[in-house]
Parts: sequence; C-alpha cells; structure tokens
Amino acid sequence: MMWRTVRLLAGKDLRIEWRSRVALAQMLPFALVTLTLFAFALDPAGGLLRPATPGLYWVTILLVLVLAAQRSFAVETADGALDALRLSGLPPAGIFLGKALALAVQLWVLEAILAVGVIVLYDPTGKHATTVPGVVQPEAAFSWTVGRAVLLVIAGAAATPGLAAIGTLHGALAAGSRARDTLLPLLVLPIVVPALLGGVRTFEAALALGHRTTSEGWPWVGLLAAFSLVAATVATVAFGPLIEEDAS
Amino acid sequence: MDPAVSLRSAVALLGRFPALAGVDLTVPRGQVVLLRGPNGAGKSTLLRLCAGLVAIAEGSGTVLGVDLAAGRGGELRRRVGMLGHSNGLYDDLTVVDNVRFWAGAAEASAAEVDAALTHLGLDGRLATTAVGKLSAGQRRRTALAAMVVRRPELWLLDEPHAGLDAQGRDLLDALVLQAASAGATVLVASHELERAGNLAGRLVTIVGGRVVADEGQGA
Repeated sequence: MMWRTVRLLAGKDLRIEWRSRVALAQMLPFALVTLTLFAFALDPAGGLLRPATPGLYWVTILLVLVLAAQRSFAVETADGALDALRLSGLPPAGIFLGKALALAVQLWVLEAILAVGVIVLYDPTGKHATTVPGVVQPEAAFSWTVGRAVLLVIAGAAATPGLAAIGTLHGALAAGSRARDTLLPLLVLPIVVPALLGGVRTFEAALALGHRTTSEGWPWVGLLAAFSLVAATVATVAFGPLIEEDAS
Repeated sequence: MDPAVSLRSAVALLGRFPALAGVDLTVPRGQVVLLRGPNGAGKSTLLRLCAGLVAIAEGSGTVLGVDLAAGRGGELRRRVGMLGHSNGLYDDLTVVDNVRFWAGAAEASAAEVDAALTHLGLDGRLATTAVGKLSAGQRRRTALAAMVVRRPELWLLDEPHAGLDAQGRDLLDALVLQAASAGATVLVASHELERAGNLAGRLVTIVGGRVVADEGQGA
C-alpha cells in the first residue's frame, strides 16, 4: 500500500509538471536570471566570482526549492484536492514520500542544468581566466577528473532528498495559510543551512577552490547524507498529524 | 445491520465555534436523505463529520460502523465518497488522468474508469482535455466520475447540482438512485429542494447546528 501510494503520488505530480512545464518554463529562467544577476554584482574580471561560485549555486538552488515547494502544494489546494487526498484513505507517509520524490526529481534536473549554467557563466575552473594586473587570479591550474565530477554528482544526489523532504513538509504547513508566499521561505531557509554548508564545502573541494582537495569533500557528503536521512525521517513522521490538524 | 450513520448529541467545532451543537441523527443503510437549512446551519460540517474530516468534539457517533471518537483514519475514509464545494481536481491533468488517479487510490480497474467516463458523458475528446479548460459543469461531472470509481458505501454530496446543466443534473440523479438501489447511503445537502427532494425519501432540516425537523424517516 505504502509504495503503491508513493508511485501514484509521484507519478501524478510529475505528470502535472510534464503537462504544465512550470519548472522548465518558470523556475529555470528565474534561476538563470538570478545567477546572471550574481555575475553582474560580482564582476567576473575582479576575481570574486570564481571563489563564490559554490555559494551562489547553492543559494540559487534553495530559492528554486522554495518556488517548487509552493507549486507542489498549490496544485493540491487550488481545487480542494488536499481534502480529497485526506478522504482517499491513502497512508499519509506514502502521500508525503510520493510528493517529496516528485519534488526531488524536479530539483535534480534543475541542479544539473544550473550546474552547466554556472560553469558557463562563472568559469569556476578558471579555464578562461585572463591575467589582469592588480586583481585576484585563479589559484591553480584546474583540470576535470572523474573523481571531481563524481563528488559533485554525489553531493547533489545526497543533499536533494533532504531539501525535497523539508520543502514538502513546509509546503504542506504553509498551504493553509493566507501568508504562505512569505511564510514558506521563512520556514524553509533557516532549516536547510546544513545542506547549504555541506553543498558549498563539497563543491569547493571538487573545484579545488581555497586549495582544497577532492578528499576533503567526502566528509561533507556524509553530512549531506545524514541531513537528508534525518530530514526525510522526521518529515515523514510529522506529515500525517500535520495534514490531519489542518483538516479539523 | 448497523445504520450507516448514527450520531448522538454530536458536537463539532470550527475553531472555537460549535458548527454542530448536538446533532441526533440515524440513517439506515440504503436511504437517501436531503439535508436542508439556511447558510451556516451546519450542513457541510455534518457531511465533513461523517467523512471523518472533522473531529467529533462531544457526544458520540458511528459511520459505517466506525466509531468517530476512536479516530478518523483510513478505514472509514476509504468507504466514503464526498463531492464538496470544490471538485478536488488537478487543472493541468486531463479528465481521464484525474479519474485514473483517484481510481488508482481506490484500486479500481481501468474498465471501471472507462465505464464512469462513458456514463457521465466524459468519453471521447473530452476525456483527453485538460480539466482547466473545462466548463464548470464538465468539471463537476469529472469530480463525480472520480468519486464514483471509488465505489463508496456512503455518498456525501454538498450542493451537487451546482454548475450542472439539465443533462448533468439528470445524470447525477440517475447515479444517486442507482447507488441507493445498490445499497449505498446518500446524504445530500442542498438548497435546491425541488430537485434534491425528488431524490430523497427523507428530509432533515438543520438550523443552528441542530436537527429541528425530520420528515419521512420511514422512507
């Protein structure tokens, strides 16, 4: 029953996204514009942009998370489907995990596209850096290795389930509030700080920023995995009473 | 056999406000009951209480043999179908996708989905139309199809005729009578007394969260 519910909800949410294209047509352009604005704010020629790349990338991902979580529950409240879900008798944990899985899939796709975006916009590897007298220069010659790429991919894979779990839980919490548009970022962003820290440090290690080596990134991947495990467990348990409370 | 609905001095709160202030009501299985009363009388809250969506604060009650005070879990909800003020549909999905989703939640077959769509005139091109592009009446019919495929034992209909054209109303009435003849119990909250009154053998009037009149109990 549980896994059938997970498949049912995840399939439904992904089908809605496939039909509406909100993630690709609205969230992705928003994220790319945000990255571009960061690039204007931190002049690439000034040498500040490259070391800031991991932080700017993950902050952008968190902003996209807020939008995606809002969207995930907007479709449930627009025509009273949340009541119908409660009435369906489906296990709340299955509903939660299905919606979180669909959100995670969307985030993974956006993360992959945005990773390409920062490489093109920010040149984090310093490959196209030019020597300008009096400005900070790239730290060392950088070359991609399988180990660096794997570290980046695993870090994204490890952080995303936790982000999706927190986004889904707080999306449900804010869904019944008139102030949900402003409430959701206030609820979500402080809680995802461990993912931000882990993600940034891992990316710094993978991109050899601050003289970090790839091996220094793996302990942070452990933090990201632990964050996801704790977030998914707590959120799964909390979701059922939360939507029941809202129903009363 | 247990009655479908049995409430004794049932109180239900919306916030601190007692939307139901001591309802006594017994509905045998297979009966069609019309609930009437002014706006804010507690009709919708009574339906939500019977669906397990609102907690019973005082008094006692069973619905389909499930004690409302013991919990509002899946056992009752899986057996209840509710058509409320909203339709519970996803605008970006097609009619058939919506009905299939709710059918999947109830483990209903593809044949049952097809039968419901055909019965409600939602087959053909309409089936593959996004719900967001439908008229209010077509949306209502889709919601009805999504409810019917769940094979509920207790139908809870809140202003079900709203938005439906004459053909849709006739289809709804036929479905209700067919369900009742098959043993389902139907509670209809409606202001359209003439229309809904033709369906129901019993008329219950609610005012101020209490049952003030009950006509045709033996029907």
